[in-house]
Amino acid sequence: MSTLIEEVTRAVKQQGLSRRNFLKLTGVAGGGMVLAATLPSAAFGADDLPTLVGSAELNAFVQIASDGTITIYSANPEMGQGIKTALPMMIAEEMGANWDDVVVEQSPIDTARFGYQWTGGSAVVSSNYERMRKLGASAREMLIGAASEAMELPREELRAANSEVVHGSGKKLSFGDLAALAVRQPVPDESKLQLRDPSEFTIIGKSISGVDNLQIVTGDALYGMDVKVPGMVFGAYQKCPAIGGKAVSANLAVIKAMPGVLDAFIVEGNGRVDQLLSGVAIVGTSTWAVFNAKGRLEVKWDESGASKDSWTEMVANADRFLQGPGKTQVVNNGDIASGFSNSSNKIIESRYEYPFVSHLCLEPMNCTASFVKGTGGEADSVEVWAPTQGPMGIAPTLESLFGVAKDRVVTNQTRMGGSFGRRTSAEYVCEAVAMSRHVGKPVKLTWTRQDDLHHDYFRAGGFQSVRGAVDEKGRLVAWDQHAVGMEANGRPVFGSGFRQTEFPFLNLKNARGTLSLMEIDTPCGAWRAPGANTHAFVVQSFIHELAHLAGRDHLEFLLEIMGEPRWFKEGSAGALNTGRAAGTIRLAAEKAGWGKTLPEGRGLGLAFHFSHAAHVAEVAEVSVDANRKLTVHKVTAAVDVGPIMNPSGAENQVQGAIIDGLSTMLGQKITMEQGRIQQDNLDEYPVLRFPASPDVAVHFIESDFSPTGLGEPGLPPLAPAIGNAIFAASGYRVRTMPISDEGFTV
Amino acid sequence: MMGNWTLNNGGNSVAKYSLMVNGTRRQFEAEPEMPLLWALRDVMGLIGTKYGCGISLCGACTVHMDGTPVRSCTVRVSDVGEAEITTIEGLADPRNLHTLQQAWIDLDVAQCGYCQAGQIMTAAALLADKPNPSDADIDAAMAGNYCRCGTYVRVRAAIHRAAGQMASAQGLPAATVGHWEPARTEAQS
Ligand code: FES
Ligand code: FES
Repeated sequence: MSTLIEEVTRAVKQQGLSRRNFLKLTGVAGGGMVLAATLPSAAFGADDLPTLVGSAELNAFVQIASDGTITIYSANPEMGQGIKTALPMMIAEEMGANWDDVVVEQSPIDTARFGYQWTGGSAVVSSNYERMRKLGASAREMLIGAASEAMELPREELRAANSEVVHGSGKKLSFGDLAALAVRQPVPDESKLQLRDPSEFTIIGKSISGVDNLQIVTGDALYGMDVKVPGMVFGAYQKCPAIGGKAVSANLAVIKAMPGVLDAFIVEGNGRVDQLLSGVAIVGTSTWAVFNAKGRLEVKWDESGASKDSWTEMVANADRFLQGPGKTQVVNNGDIASGFSNSSNKIIESRYEYPFVSHLCLEPMNCTASFVKGTGGEADSVEVWAPTQGPMGIAPTLESLFGVAKDRVVTNQTRMGGSFGRRTSAEYVCEAVAMSRHVGKPVKLTWTRQDDLHHDYFRAGGFQSVRGAVDEKGRLVAWDQHAVGMEANGRPVFGSGFRQTEFPFLNLKNARGTLSLMEIDTPCGAWRAPGANTHAFVVQSFIHELAHLAGRDHLEFLLEIMGEPRWFKEGSAGALNTGRAAGTIRLAAEKAGWGKTLPEGRGLGLAFHFSHAAHVAEVAEVSVDANRKLTVHKVTAAVDVGPIMNPSGAENQVQGAIIDGLSTMLGQKITMEQGRIQQDNLDEYPVLRFPASPDVAVHFIESDFSPTGLGEPGLPPLAPAIGNAIFAASGYRVRTMPISDEGFTV
Repeated sequence: MMGNWTLNNGGNSVAKYSLMVNGTRRQFEAEPEMPLLWALRDVMGLIGTKYGCGISLCGACTVHMDGTPVRSCTVRVSDVGEAEITTIEGLADPRNLHTLQQAWIDLDVAQCGYCQAGQIMTAAALLADKPNPSDADIDAAMAGNYCRCGTYVRVRAAIHRAAGQMASAQGLPAATVGHWEPARTEAQS
């Protein structure tokens, strides 16, 4: 099954694009960073300016109008992670722009012009930091070149700041005045571009309010759900509740006679979950008309090829698996046997469990599509408006599925009402296109909340058993971990794998990690910090169990496991650095008042996790009463992701990840029987509300390492921090998520 | 290729409505059972009000009916009558924002932003009712507004900020302020 991610990777490979050669390919060979004058100043003879914007040769991230407005394109999709603000900040910084002059626009999808248009893996900031700054620096040099010509002064004596090019004598010209001349400057050689010293930064590192905030607070159109195109009708799509079932027949006549319904028909599909599963399409005059009709739909499904997955069976199977080590050995460091057989060592073994969970994006999956049948020898064409993390993968997918040539597909990216890894598949786009093709009109397809919960790509549930030994001195001397996850078509689903580099394997001399997988049909996918979001719960809870067994302070025990400051892979930001780890652990503990005296029933819990190149430690302060009513007072986080681009946005990500982690561990659980997801809406899939929402304090360690992303790594330490705090407060050890399954309420 | 088109929307299943929305009278035809949410979004083109759950559990669709916050996904268009509806688009002139809207921008509350129109509408009704709310007042009033991205800390702080600004604009003592301390950065240790 090729996912959008794979389509994107293929597209990138075909074009030979990579992070490193991006500027060469699209920057220099392709004509360079273009500084285009949209409204050229008359002073510079506007009429004879070449038309630069939209030229296939050239790449435009920046345009400057003669009134000084600087328009910067944001090329990557925005889902609430803040890159629509953070990336343009990098360009503006290097240009020497005044942020107040900057207008950010979401770019069209055009990889030849903008490069890799994708978001995920908390990777956009790190992979674009240098590239965006170079684009800004290139623009700056062209402006300075223009100023040098206009002022007849040597360029070495000029600098760009505050949207002006200034000379020591006080002479200056504004970017707006220079724009038209600047576009005629030669494109600077990328290798000669000088980047500013961070000490000069006036934009990067400052808290800047999100560029869409005015539209958000006034209810202006931004999201896929808000798209309106002329002649548009509304659509709903019903797929088989048992994933993969086929629609055989339906009460279409009844549905077509319902108020506001224009058409209803069966779509055969191509059998691919990520593209077009069979279902019943309903098209009507309003979203309500089609939702209402959908409620009356009766479909005969052929479930012979459909999922039969059962959570109850998975639990039973897991119990069998966990009786011994896993089938696949992932890690086997040193010798665990002696640690477990030495009779003076203390040994414990614990079983952990975590459920399937849904992304539950507040904006349900939706897409507006306009399929236009070619006439008079013209080929068919499609335009889509899609909230997606992978807009550049849409055209190849539609080409393969509908036979519409890639270059006849126009993809418009919209802001996403949350994604968290969800919007990486194209099925809601394909469904909308199939419907538009059938009715010959633009169709806006909206999934109901129930569709969205039933047809997610879930975070896979799993089960783990961990055994550990501590010696007489209370040191961790053996670790044996067996994870039971899920596989599809013989491959671990997203997040169910087990890496050799997973903490704490590299920290320990004697450690074994084994894996067992059970085959399922329920679609699974990337869910905020895949793998880490469950692994941290098990590992960081169990380390606390061991510290307790050894009679040692958890903080000190965890720091001892971290050991001397060192890289696990020298120079690689993607590898754990024990010094950075210890720094966050100490800081979180200190800020949360680790060791302070607390009243009966109140406790602190600590956890650390390394994921997505980020070192994050969190301490939770909770109270637990005799009825297992939990109050989370405060969560304190310490984060090291290198320099922070936008402190406001960065902090928001960590605050949100903590609330998300808490919401998920408290009561969220997706179950399935006979392949059918059992939860329909928020009444069966509870979410964290204001009254139970804790205070969150975030502390950043601004180390000199290169900056990395923050959309995900704030989440993994939260669940074990809460579990450990519950233990400290009550002596009860949480080993199952959601904790409502263990009787906790908030 | 083209399905059978059965046009019902001109038939007797629709009725005529005349609603006061954001100070303007709007006349349109719709099925009586259509929730106000969809009449606003699909019929009137007021897309600021959002769909999240359809069963009154997320608050994304919150609008005011005669000043009271309601979940428009479960108010039938035929039940609105003469009530005055205010949506996020009508809360204030975009060139002269409501104090809450400005506080939302100042504190950079939104992440994805999808829930925020509903959050602001509920908060606006709260402040109209209780100009100086405590954290507990805020939590109680806002409990029905879910934020998937987890912006609760900032929503609380923004409500406190707006309450303080509205009070001082009237020469009253500033309201309680929120206790959210923005992130601190530490030198590398
Ligand atoms: S859509 Fe109305 S409360 Fe969720
Ligand atoms: S900001 Fe995304 S749901 Fe609230």
